Amino acid sequence: MAKTLYDKIWDAHVIRTEEDGSSLLYIDRQLIHEVTSPQAFEGLRLAGRKPWRPEANLAVADHNVPTKDRAKGIADPVSRLQVETLEKNCREFGIPVFSMSDHRQGIVHVVGPEEGFTLPGITLVCGDSHTSTHGALGALAFGIGTSEVEHVLATQTLWMKKARNMQVRVEGRVGPGVTAKDIVLAIIGEIGTAGGTGYTIEFAGEAIAALSVEGRMTVCNMAIEAGARAGLIAVDDATIEYLQGRPLAPKGALWDRAVTAWRELHSDPDAVFDQVVTLDAATIEPQVTWGTSPEMVVPVSARVPDPAQEKDPTKRKGMERALEYMGLTPGTPIEDIRLDKVFIGSCTNSRIEDLRAAAAVVKGRKVADTIKLAMVVPGSGLVKEQAEAEGLDRIFKEAGFEWRDPGCSMCLAMNADRLEPGERCASTSNRNFEGRQGYGGRTHLVSPAMAAAAAIAGRFVDVRKF
Amino acid sequence: MLAFDRVKSQVIPLDRANVDTDAIIPKQFLKSIRRTGFGPFLFDEWRYLDRGEPDMDCSRRPKNPDFVLNKPEYAHGQILLTRENFGCGSSREHAPWALADYGIRVIIAPSFADIFYNNCFKNGILPIVLDADTVDRLFREVGPGYELEVVLETQTIVKPDGSVIGFDIDPSRKERLLKGLDDIALTLAFADDIRAYEARRREEAPWLFAPVDPCT
Ligand code: SF4
Repeated sequence: MAKTLYDKIWDAHVIRTEEDGSSLLYIDRQLIHEVTSPQAFEGLRLAGRKPWRPEANLAVADHNVPTKDRAKGIADPVSRLQVETLEKNCREFGIPVFSMSDHRQGIVHVVGPEEGFTLPGITLVCGDSHTSTHGALGALAFGIGTSEVEHVLATQTLWMKKARNMQVRVEGRVGPGVTAKDIVLAIIGEIGTAGGTGYTIEFAGEAIAALSVEGRMTVCNMAIEAGARAGLIAVDDATIEYLQGRPLAPKGALWDRAVTAWRELHSDPDAVFDQVVTLDAATIEPQVTWGTSPEMVVPVSARVPDPAQEKDPTKRKGMERALEYMGLTPGTPIEDIRLDKVFIGSCTNSRIEDLRAAAAVVKGRKVADTIKLAMVVPGSGLVKEQAEAEGLDRIFKEAGFEWRDPGCSMCLAMNADRLEPGERCASTSNRNFEGRQGYGGRTHLVSPAMAAAAAIAGRFVDVRKF
Repeated sequence: MLAFDRVKSQVIPLDRANVDTDAIIPKQFLKSIRRTGFGPFLFDEWRYLDRGEPDMDCSRRPKNPDFVLNKPEYAHGQILLTRENFGCGSSREHAPWALADYGIRVIIAPSFADIFYNNCFKNGILPIVLDADTVDRLFREVGPGYELEVVLETQTIVKPDGSVIGFDIDPSRKERLLKGLDDIALTLAFADDIRAYEARRREEAPWLFAPVDPCT
């Protein structure tokens, strides 16, 4: 029977299925970070259990780490305790961990693919919703809660019910200046933040195939913002090229065997999806969110929408609340929105290509005087090194950006980097929820190039005309 | 895990859609390495007028009188009634920990985000999906003194007038919740199946079992 990519990976990992349809699924790999793991290790300890396969895990602290003056350690004692607890737990249970001073340290979802820890066809989990990122390499990857982190540590499995299959096809090619971020924001604008709930989304079509592997990560990263726990993209030459030579990718004869198997990792041509959504790439413009949910998004050429036009009362109320929180008036052109801060970073957009795209816009220009802070936070130590080797750090610094050390940073403001109440930020991250980047902070999600242009202009501008 | 049998309680109406886990428990409280003590900070940014920090004494903080949890008539509610896509966003299990610590045992909504829905069962919270019309009707009916009785065994919600609403739940989830079973112990009963799978998989995909230790 014809299978989707999701069907194939799922079937290869089922250990047993109960009468009610819940399956015991084998988990090949787990990424661990400091925020969602302490209680899982504590649970193991209390029950006297050991990890089933310690070497199937990789841990790295990212959420709480400072992005400057790192040699001084972590000032906040609570953050410091959490990061230290991670390292202590990993040592006690024999789990590989990159310490904060390791040059490979970074955001889990940047580190996993970069190290070749993420491989096609595997099941990969992490106590973090943006684990969907890894689907870009044809891995079935999804976020789990802390109890499940403990369950995977102890058993290398999870009980799950199979999700339904959705395919999102982006046909044709996007125009210049339109990036992976704009594609995925446009998709979320189309299907809504709950549109993918209960589904695994496979992204397909010419515009997706044309993306680099890093661009595909940006798209899969935000599958969760469309409600889907996992996003997937078929393996092709680009995937295999990306993996070749990565530290943890197979080598020699094993590599050849693996590649043969990976070539099968695509949906069969006649596979049936429970739902198919199609977008025309040519109509996608650079996107900007105006509200407090990623589905509240419009093209940069548009205006802030008017709740009065919305018929659904729950939605209308949501829009009114969002506009009040965001301090915006309906009808305002997006290009008239002025900004206080600019953040380029997060597991959505902090890889080398993102930094190159932003640097290309910034080069030879200056951050507007009205911008209080513009910062670039590379996704990992290796991304940072690469960027510095290319001289991107100098371009950013000369323009007036701060160039920081890797971590989650102002994506969620668990470290010192945050918005103050009422401050407005152009951010390349993935969530514009109330308070996400700091209490009372206002977030607009955009691509790296759009964020860079906004920093220079002090307001949103269409990067295609910039 | 906490077992769940039945709950009869006031109903707290939280009339918002897409309530995300950042709103349920803001990130500054995620620095804790414990599982308990999150209840006072549940919905922190909506519930209090000041900005919450982990070590605060919440009894002294200024409360937002308009927020539903602060209304005396809902003070003892264990059932939360809300709108679609509840629990979206971050996978943080701190969200159900905070709800459970506050005393919430049942959440009724037209839909839940997947990860949050799973996390509830691990913490003795019963998430109930009802169609949007039924939820709408409940929103119109609730008020001070309005109580529902939720019985897991019979999968029913009994309204004050005695009428009954049924709900669906996976049999295996129901069983685990009713008995408060330890998931890991249950799974380890299948240890031989897991090992057999690994042996088979080692043949098919040996590269997944090659020793990888990035740290050496
Ligand atoms: S960068 Fe942001 S979204 Fe990504 S893992 Fe860190 S906090 Fe989560």
